[in-house]
Amino acid sequence: MTGQIEKFLPCPTPESAPFWQGCRDHKLLLQYCAACGTHQFYPRIICANCMSQQLEWREASGRGTVETYSIVTRAVSDAYAADVPYVIALITLEEGPRMMSNVIGCDVESVKCGVAVEVVFEQWSAEITMPKFRPVAGHPAS
Amino acid sequence: MDSLRGKVAIVGAADTQVGKLPQFSPTGLCIDAARRAMADARITKDQIDGLITCNSMAEPYMYHAEAMAEYMQIFPRYCMSVGAGGSTTFSILHHAAAAIVSGMCHTVLITMADSLRSGLTRDQAMKMQSSAGHSQFEIPFGPTVPAFYALIARAHMHKYGTTAEQFAAIAVACRKHACLNPAAEMRTPITIDDVMNSRMIADPLHLLDCSLVSDGGSAIIMTSADRAADFPHHPVYILGVGEGHGHEHISQAQSLTTSFAAESGRRAYAMAGLKPSDMDFAQLYDCFTPTVLVELEDLGFCQKGEGGAFVENGNIELGGMLPVNTHGGLLSHCHPGNPGSMFALTETVTQLRGTAGARQVEDAKVAIVHGQGGIMSSHTTVILGRERY
Repeated sequence: MTGQIEKFLPCPTPESAPFWQGCRDHKLLLQYCAACGTHQFYPRIICANCMSQQLEWREASGRGTVETYSIVTRAVSDAYAADVPYVIALITLEEGPRMMSNVIGCDVESVKCGVAVEVVFEQWSAEITMPKFRPVAGHPAS
Repeated sequence: MDSLRGKVAIVGAADTQVGKLPQFSPTGLCIDAARRAMADARITKDQIDGLITCNSMAEPYMYHAEAMAEYMQIFPRYCMSVGAGGSTTFSILHHAAAAIVSGMCHTVLITMADSLRSGLTRDQAMKMQSSAGHSQFEIPFGPTVPAFYALIARAHMHKYGTTAEQFAAIAVACRKHACLNPAAEMRTPITIDDVMNSRMIADPLHLLDCSLVSDGGSAIIMTSADRAADFPHHPVYILGVGEGHGHEHISQAQSLTTSFAAESGRRAYAMAGLKPSDMDFAQLYDCFTPTVLVELEDLGFCQKGEGGAFVENGNIELGGMLPVNTHGGLLSHCHPGNPGSMFALTETVTQLRGTAGARQVEDAKVAIVHGQGGIMSSHTTVILGRERY
């Protein structure tokens, strides 16, 4: 984990703590609203669709699609320089919500809009494990 | 107050020097801009009873507007700082107009400056980079500000077939205009090939798709339209204003390719009773080239998805169908951060006064200016006119 200590580590809040616990357990957890039947991300104390508080944590499939991406060639800080070139992507999860992540474990040039990806977990510290994504083998861009 | 149309006017406008100015503090630039705007309007500081500023990143104050008032020893009855990123300037204009019309004050000074080129410590620069984005769910993945906008660019390319060369045409147009502006930082012409061959920063954005990092300040004086005749220059009237706020974080945007500029624009046109084809020129927020293309679409200058074709063939250059960013924009004039779009406003005043010299838009009567802050997050559109209508 050398060098990663200087990256921007997330600081969990009361509403996000279960999500980060899920990542530590290698589970991608989303909030599901029992009142209106929608998933949401990021975690909130209310359902942003209907304002209900009938939220429960459900494990997501971990699969999604790259909606858009950028290959970063000038890192945000020294702590990220070793990763250059790295892919920043917005990924639409099967359950509906969109999240930002990195697409890893592949040639950056192979990342395209529409590529199917699945979650992988990368431990950064005792408390923080990051949800990242890699292309699903045999599923090129649709 | 159902409409601000024709009720307030800009009667003073001025910029400081821009570029690399280590001899000035951000506060110094902010006050220098104020001093110049007061001189332009030929008023004394006691005539100002409203003050609006935005905070400086390099020299922040907890209460920035109060600090600037104290520095100048003015004692306004309306005083606040506004922070809405690149949308700040026009959001402030909206608030100032409402304050004047509702009688909260008569004469407002809006002044802003920052020193992003010379004044930031390493820690401040890092904080600035990491402040754009969600602290838990975006920033840890290492997005840069250009990368955020690259996400928008790539989504547009994927959905509509827009090309990197079309984004580059926007940088070329802004540079062409900057070459006609003695105050602009970048005054060497560039071609589409120059943009495409410049260093890749965050694919598909090259270095020349990215705006400058500058020091500088700019200020205006606003008052009621009824008082505007008492000032030496031809007033520039606010005909319409509208805001639209869609999200803070790009990962939460309802759409990656249509922004809330569509909402702010619709509101501004409705207030003005005008339409896109009435605009003689446009100043569109250009922190990165793709923003201009999306704004052209969302403000109704072309159909959604046709922005790429619209910016080609000199259409957005002086002499073209819709000159955009006649001073050179954030891409080639200067970009000191949040105050950046103030220069688009003072340029609009210059154009509508008819004093823009070599870059004058012929017979300019009505213009649209648009700012966006965050990552296509908060939008304000203003329609300005030489006549009150």
